[in-house]
Amino acid sequence: MTIYLDNSATTKVCPQAAQAAMDAMTVRYGNPSSLHRLGMEAENLVTAAKKQLAGALGCAPEELLFTSGATESNNLAILGYCRSNHRSGKRIITSAVEHPSVLEPFRALEKEGFETVYISPREDLGGNFAPEDFVDAVDQNTPFVSVMMVNSETGCRLPVEEIIKGVRRKNPKTKIHIDAVQAFGKLSFSAKKLDADFISLSGHKIYAPKGIGALYVKKGVRLSPLLFGGGQQNGLRVGTEPVPLIIALGAAAELCRAEQKALLPRYEELNRFLLEELSLIPDVTVNSPEGSVPYIVNVSVKGIRSEIMLHFLEQGGIFVSSGSACSKGAKSHVLTAMGLPDSRIDSAIRISFSHETTKEELTAFVSRLREGAETLLKVK
Amino acid sequence: MKEILLAKDGEIALKGLNRSTFEDILIRNIRRRLKPVGKFSFSRAQSTIYITPEDEDIDLDEACERLKKVFGIAAFCRVAVLPKEFAAIREGAKEYLYDTLKEAKTFKVNAKRSDKQFPMSSPEIMRELGGYLLSQFPHLKVDVHDPDVTVTVEIREAAAYLYAKKIPGAGGMPVGSSGDALLLLSGGIDSPVAGYMMAKRGIRISAIHFVSPPYTSDRARQKVETLCEELTPYCGKISFFCVPFTKIQEAIKQHCPEELFTIIMRRLMMEIAQRIAEKNDMSALITGESVAQVASQTLRAMVCTDAVCRIPVFRPVIGMDKAEIVAISQKIGTFETSILPYDDCCTVFSPKHPKTRPQLDAVEKAQAQFDFEPLIAEAVENTEIKGIRPDF
Repeated sequence: MTIYLDNSATTKVCPQAAQAAMDAMTVRYGNPSSLHRLGMEAENLVTAAKKQLAGALGCAPEELLFTSGATESNNLAILGYCRSNHRSGKRIITSAVEHPSVLEPFRALEKEGFETVYISPREDLGGNFAPEDFVDAVDQNTPFVSVMMVNSETGCRLPVEEIIKGVRRKNPKTKIHIDAVQAFGKLSFSAKKLDADFISLSGHKIYAPKGIGALYVKKGVRLSPLLFGGGQQNGLRVGTEPVPLIIALGAAAELCRAEQKALLPRYEELNRFLLEELSLIPDVTVNSPEGSVPYIVNVSVKGIRSEIMLHFLEQGGIFVSSGSACSKGAKSHVLTAMGLPDSRIDSAIRISFSHETTKEELTAFVSRLREGAETLLKVK
Repeated sequence: MKEILLAKDGEIALKGLNRSTFEDILIRNIRRRLKPVGKFSFSRAQSTIYITPEDEDIDLDEACERLKKVFGIAAFCRVAVLPKEFAAIREGAKEYLYDTLKEAKTFKVNAKRSDKQFPMSSPEIMRELGGYLLSQFPHLKVDVHDPDVTVTVEIREAAAYLYAKKIPGAGGMPVGSSGDALLLLSGGIDSPVAGYMMAKRGIRISAIHFVSPPYTSDRARQKVETLCEELTPYCGKISFFCVPFTKIQEAIKQHCPEELFTIIMRRLMMEIAQRIAEKNDMSALITGESVAQVASQTLRAMVCTDAVCRIPVFRPVIGMDKAEIVAISQKIGTFETSILPYDDCCTVFSPKHPKTRPQLDAVEKAQAQFDFEPLIAEAVENTEIKGIRPDF
């Protein structure tokens, strides 16, 4: 029995995406740049996938670049923009709870002479963010702001709409990048309405394979490439397009778009159920701030280290995450920024749903968690 | 030009009637290690093993890299095989050692004639060959005391062998010539080094590791298996014993005083290890303990652990500093794996203030508060065994 509740780390590829990829690998395997018929077929596949993705994101197909994943999308947006537009200022702003693929490029720019500002969540708002903190940090020398839409560890929703509006008013020249990896495909939003300049997406969080992502670049916004080569994708992201991965992403995005409306209420119901059940276990505390997305829940079990609870659940066939799967063993920078005590950070686990998650699975999870809370030895 | 490898026995050359047995073991070990490189044939004479490649395209550089890690070899050479005629030897030396002699400033010639049928004596060969090389490489000077290059010619039964470089071997005794022992492998830096050192003395190593799921992860176990793999170029195949240890740790935690947790755990580990050793015909245990490194490695603590041991416990790094152990671990290539950050069963429950000067009778009394025997028997019974072979 496998109960997979670690869908914010990665997801099981959906049959639609797998079949699309298989077809592009074994039947329509041409190189989109080739002049012959097989090449054209492959090019058409890419174009169609781009349309699917554009439809799901609410943008024009030509505003999308395919990348190797959200890490590359984030790097490309941040470094590709800031390095070529440093004349419009050197003060760049982000949150303290971003993914490392945002924080590390910021640190790299810091070494190149940029001034970086990291906005922390507010303890008086229960770990949520105040939009004005971002807006206040922006000045006439701010070329770039990067904010995630949903935090991957806690499910915290950052007030991106208000931030974007406020920043636009304060400095119309400031470009805004939104890391939407944990939101895209699950929350409904459109790139056009959101009015961001860049949006990063990842395939493997939405039932496509690992190794594919996308970057939305608003029409008219100039970006410099990080890689140089054969001129594909207008020279902004060169290299032969990974057609199987691209069309898998298209298929997955299409699926999410179709499911989204019905799924969100279901996630909310599952979330209510889960939190209610968890509230009956005395040693459990919820770390996700008020108003978090329903499909990510972060909790601590008093006195039991995350890793031990994770392996105990695993023995019962249940897979969750301890903090973020990206940095095994390191203390969560997100929970630290929220000001939680070490004892809670060390015992935090994250449960994240997929479109296949059921109430029965959550019941099994809660009962195993309770068993762990009661039987596992408490380590100081 | 045909090349072969000559491996000189180390210590085993000094052994008496057992020498031939030791040489058999050494040849068997070399054969196994070189098998993935290609086909070789082996023969031996005068404390030397002749390793002859049977295929043209064998990568001798790779073979040399592997030979460096085989215990029992004092030194080895990559040599040119020449006909036993002086003219051929002369021309062969010029061609085979061309680059070496071009770069050298001083040289000397050394000759060993074990085939007394050869018409020239050793001093004659040295003189003649030296003179010829001087005429061909006019920049060279002879230096018999401290030459840059020593050209060695050995006139043996089958052929003449020529070389300029002796490569130091791993030394020690061939693995398998000194019996079997069981290494307690935690995943840290010290225990793989301890295993390496005992293998160098000819002991065939098996490894035992304790796991405590869910308190320890599969990755911690995998790390220890990787360490075993990294030892195989030196030790050969390693039998890996993996002991389920959760229940025992939980029982110690529940029934014994916290400050004695580690010491009682070590005693139980030793007990289980020696039962497995005895069951599998191994004569001793090996640990990576070093005096005073941690609380369980004080003299008093070791008195308490050894009190349960019926078979010898070897601690080859006992007198070494951490830095010395780290240096060996880096040399043999286990260091990077050892420092991967996974909790092992020794660290998960370790008390904040362990007793550093435990009294044996107090420890025995504390341990007697609970009957561990059924859990020990169960752990031994449920131990998993896996053969870990060199990863080619």
